[in-house]
Amino acid sequence: MTDEKNTPKPEDQGAAPKSQPEAKPPWLDKPVPPVHVDAMDDPDVTALAAAVEDAVLAADAFAGEVTITIDPAKLIDACRFLKQERGFKFLVDLTAVDWPEREEGRFDVVYWMHRFDDSRRIRVRIIVGEETSVPSVTGVWKTSNWMEREVYDMFGIVFDGHPNLERILLWEGFNGHPLRKDFPVEGIDTGAAVQPDVYPEGGGPLVEEEGGA
Amino acid sequence: MGGPLEPLFDVEEMELSFGPQHPSTHGVLRVMLKLDGEKIMDAKPIIGYLHRGTEKLFETEPFPQCIPHTDRLDYVASATNNQGFVVTMEKLLGITIPPRAAYIRMILAELGRISSHLVWLATHAIDLGAITPFFYNFREREEILDLFEAYCGARLTLNTMRIGGVPFELPDGWVDRCSDFIDRFPAHVDEYEQLLTENRIWKRRTVGVGVISAEEAIEMGLTGPPLRGSGVKWDIRKVFPYDHYDEIDFEIPVGTNGDTYDRYLVRLQEMRQSARIVRQCLDKLPDGPVIAKVPKVLRAPEGMVYASVEAPKGELGYFIVTTPKGTKPYRCHVRPPSFINLQALPEMVQGLLVADLVAVIGTLDIVLGEIDR
Repeated sequence: MTDEKNTPKPEDQGAAPKSQPEAKPPWLDKPVPPVHVDAMDDPDVTALAAAVEDAVLAADAFAGEVTITIDPAKLIDACRFLKQERGFKFLVDLTAVDWPEREEGRFDVVYWMHRFDDSRRIRVRIIVGEETSVPSVTGVWKTSNWMEREVYDMFGIVFDGHPNLERILLWEGFNGHPLRKDFPVEGIDTGAAVQPDVYPEGGGPLVEEEGGA
Repeated sequence: MGGPLEPLFDVEEMELSFGPQHPSTHGVLRVMLKLDGEKIMDAKPIIGYLHRGTEKLFETEPFPQCIPHTDRLDYVASATNNQGFVVTMEKLLGITIPPRAAYIRMILAELGRISSHLVWLATHAIDLGAITPFFYNFREREEILDLFEAYCGARLTLNTMRIGGVPFELPDGWVDRCSDFIDRFPAHVDEYEQLLTENRIWKRRTVGVGVISAEEAIEMGLTGPPLRGSGVKWDIRKVFPYDHYDEIDFEIPVGTNGDTYDRYLVRLQEMRQSARIVRQCLDKLPDGPVIAKVPKVLRAPEGMVYASVEAPKGELGYFIVTTPKGTKPYRCHVRPPSFINLQALPEMVQGLLVADLVAVIGTLDIVLGEIDR
């Protein structure tokens, strides 16, 4: 942090006299962070609201990105509509966020999709509780297969209808979901203390059966 | 495509664990193969051997201190990883960077792309039995790493971008040295092409191997050269220009057949285009500061933001969630191109021979550092 502040100083002073007559160039000015704007009248949002009843709960634009919060029960219908009717053929990213204290539900599951025609991206977000499972979108976009497995592995969110919901980065039998906020950063003892019958003392997982991960 | 293949005769199916300690898996990838003789009936990639919990670590670090972690995702092209993170942070904080910083970033990122493609070509060719290109590729890569070393002191994990710009001014003589290299480089690409492009063995090993159609590639979420090799003209540098790529003139090379050979041609052309970009950046390099005036402690507004860059492997995106006035990411998710590209491996190798699996793993150009994170 400190060297960052120190390095620009000589250049700043050098550039300052030049830029004084005009307005300050934006990189010397205070940064202007983006603000949240209501996006309920966005064409994709209105089309989705009209096509799938009661699906859209809220829509918000931030830094040029539209986030549509939808009802988890309408997720598949909404995603299918967005893909087939609105051209969002490409699922870029799928992940989750953990908010342990939140009342509406613990997890955000977010879908970030792309339309090739006009290079537009939108985000669909659902809010789910710890116990509820999420319908899998593998039937809509094939690419979501591994992404959902990763979310299951890291957050413990169960995806209904997923063809092969196994842990992907950690091994089967790992006790916990590391990206939950209540999982300690320094890690847990994955050896004898957790599952002495599977893991020998002080060692990692034994590769006894094939396809353990 | 789809589902495991049925054997022709009543034969015993063999299971083979390919990797994780196999030189052609480029790290610690393990593939469980189901074989009928030498034919691959089904392949199941098993990953996670290099999982270090990077996304969890991001949550514990103030924003600027996250940058060194990004180096360790795709460690053969760390400049683009840094770029992805700082571009996302600048979008979140509303920072405009000085033009000189943007140009230096583009130079570093494109040199990184060339060096990443050189590593890919060297290892891909050596996997398929062509040992000579390795020596040529690493000769040029050495020069690029020397340039990085002269700029920031590091050769691989550069940590060379900051939120708001780049940390250092270019050292004396660096521009001339880089310019000298980049003018010579296209002739070196010709050398690689002489060794491989019309080589009969090379073509027999790559043409028609690991074919994926454009529709299938989009459905599987492929990005980068695997997508462009199937003929989809799509590049983040053109679609969502970051830094100052919109001021640079370059083309997006695409293939037609979506096979290993086309992806080879695409990457070779990309090296030429990257050299062209570096040339233009060096010519146009503006004067001025190399870093914007940023607050000492970065406090982000509440929200979620995603931005991506075109990494050598494909679209590298960062998804950052922040709390009001947060100084650390509440959640930082990386969209690693290799992870998503590797998912297409089972479909691409079904029905091929074991030796072709090596070609397809090579052509996907995966780096386990960013797959496992």
